[in-house]
Amino acid sequence: MLDVKTLAMIGRGIIETLYMVIVSTVCAYAIGLPIGLILVITDKDGIRPCPIVNKVLGFIVNLLRSVPFVILMISVTPITRKIVGTTLGTSATIVPLVIASAPYIARLVESSIKEVDPGIIEAARAMGTGTFKLIYKVLIPEAKPSLIVGGAIAITTILGYSAMSGFIGGGGLGDIAVRYGYYRSESDILAVTVAVLIIIVQGFQELGMRLAKRSDKRV
Amino acid sequence: MDKSEPIISLRGVTKVFNTENSEVDALIDIDLDIYQGEIYGIIGQSGAGKSTLVRCMNFLERPTKGTVIFNGQNLADLSLRELLKVRQSIGMIFQQFNLLMQRTVLKNVCYPLEIAGVPKKEAEKRAVELLEMVGLSDKINAYPAQLSGGQKQRVAIARAIATKPKVLLCDEATSALDPMTTRSILELLKDINQKFGITIVIITHEMDVIEAICDKVAILENGRIVERGKVEDVFVNPKSEAGKRLVFKSDEQFSEFGSEKVYRIVFNGQSAFEPIISNMVAKFKAPVNILFANIKNIGGKAFGQMLIQLPEDKILTKQMLRYLEERSVKYEEVTQDA
Ligand SMILES: Nc1ncnc2c1ncn2[C@@H]1O[C@H](COP(=O)(O)OP(=O)(O)OP(=O)(O)O)[C@@H](O)[C@H]1O
Ligand SMILES: [Mg+2]
Repeated sequence: MLDVKTLAMIGRGIIETLYMVIVSTVCAYAIGLPIGLILVITDKDGIRPCPIVNKVLGFIVNLLRSVPFVILMISVTPITRKIVGTTLGTSATIVPLVIASAPYIARLVESSIKEVDPGIIEAARAMGTGTFKLIYKVLIPEAKPSLIVGGAIAITTILGYSAMSGFIGGGGLGDIAVRYGYYRSESDILAVTVAVLIIIVQGFQELGMRLAKRSDKRV
Repeated sequence: MDKSEPIISLRGVTKVFNTENSEVDALIDIDLDIYQGEIYGIIGQSGAGKSTLVRCMNFLERPTKGTVIFNGQNLADLSLRELLKVRQSIGMIFQQFNLLMQRTVLKNVCYPLEIAGVPKKEAEKRAVELLEMVGLSDKINAYPAQLSGGQKQRVAIARAIATKPKVLLCDEATSALDPMTTRSILELLKDINQKFGITIVIITHEMDVIEAICDKVAILENGRIVERGKVEDVFVNPKSEAGKRLVFKSDEQFSEFGSEKVYRIVFNGQSAFEPIISNMVAKFKAPVNILFANIKNIGGKAFGQMLIQLPEDKILTKQMLRYLEERSVKYEEVTQDA
């Protein structure tokens, strides 16, 4: 049952999953990180308070976050088709993954940045730091350990979403689990898939925690 | 710049905070002039508005009303870019040090230079010099978390003066430090004031800090300046209630008096600087408890005040008071609830 062909298939599944997850995480951060920063800065206690921007962005983020991933995945198929040209396979899955996780990442980033000691921000402002420099010389470096932990959480969440996409032919390990484990009840393959998923999640988690700890100079 | 022009000048500065269900008048109509080279103390109790006042000086807080003139410029007239530039010429240190925790000591001191656009090599050279000056040459590559409070404040001071500011604002800079460390930090500030002529504004709730290094003092109470002047003057003869409370530190000491009478003796330069009390004790052979004393010898005359507790014996007390009168020493009885 677990012959060479199956193993090759699982191997391909791992690569597809990693591809989806990593590309999605990178794209989601490209969107979520700036949104998270804007949410912090425009907050009423932020460095450039702007209630309108804050409320509108906050609303969009909450809206997207309240749609369950499976439903979001189905609802965005028209967008996916426009961008990727198909709604099947790993590349097509990246679109809903990014749309679902960017708002989540925005909130993670927001909470990490808000952990930065207001006293440090005050000192930086007293030294004549403008908003832009404050962001990349103070807020991001000071929040770095927390941002890395957030990154590990985000990547494992995206991995979970990517597995769900197996139900609509998203490719990767989730796809294998659905096709073999669910429809054909081949429990060996299902077990191996689950084991591999657990290893990947634990791997990312462990790596994130270690990196965060190593980068933190507060202890 | 003309010496007669203040470096910082506040006129009618008022700050109202609007919170959800109330308005707080943190500062009310503050006029204040601070001159180049001075060490100016601002003292007051918690919530008096000290931090708000000092934050108005670099416009971290914009006054609700009134003007802040720094070095001849009205801060309200400046563009954001100009304001950032002005802030680079006003250093600031804090109670909680507020160092960048993810940067080394050296990189912390480099930070304001980075912001001011100083080339990296030059910035590092200056940072090393500054760290040497504050006595932390051996901690250059340490992170703030590895330093003691006093060391952190030294780094913060080096950082604050890196851009050669005209003024250094200190908001409770020694309040988190023990008395020994406080003294060494105050000495460092005094050094900096003398070496570089940097004007220093010191915010504190401790009279000791004011006495140790300030030239002038303003007493802030409930958002108003209730008394101000040269430290010696306020110290010798506080006029406001708040001033008296600060100088005599009443609260702590009155509670220990018990039933015995306590007198405040004021030395205002009328009497010679001589050991009056010990002479009195020698003469009457009765114990006198000195609760508080702070006398300075200025040109052979005594300035300052003392709180003494006289014996319970009424006749003896009377004789002792007459002894003081004869030496033209002013005294008054202090009541417990004064
Ligand atoms: N951002 C703010 N919003 C609302 N009220 C404020 C704000 N900042 C200060 N206040 C209020 O203004 C008053 C003065 O505060 P401030 O921090 O200047 O006092 P302080 O003299 O520095 O006190 P402390 O010695 O405790 O630091 C207080 O009543 C405080 O509650
Ligand atoms: Mg304060």
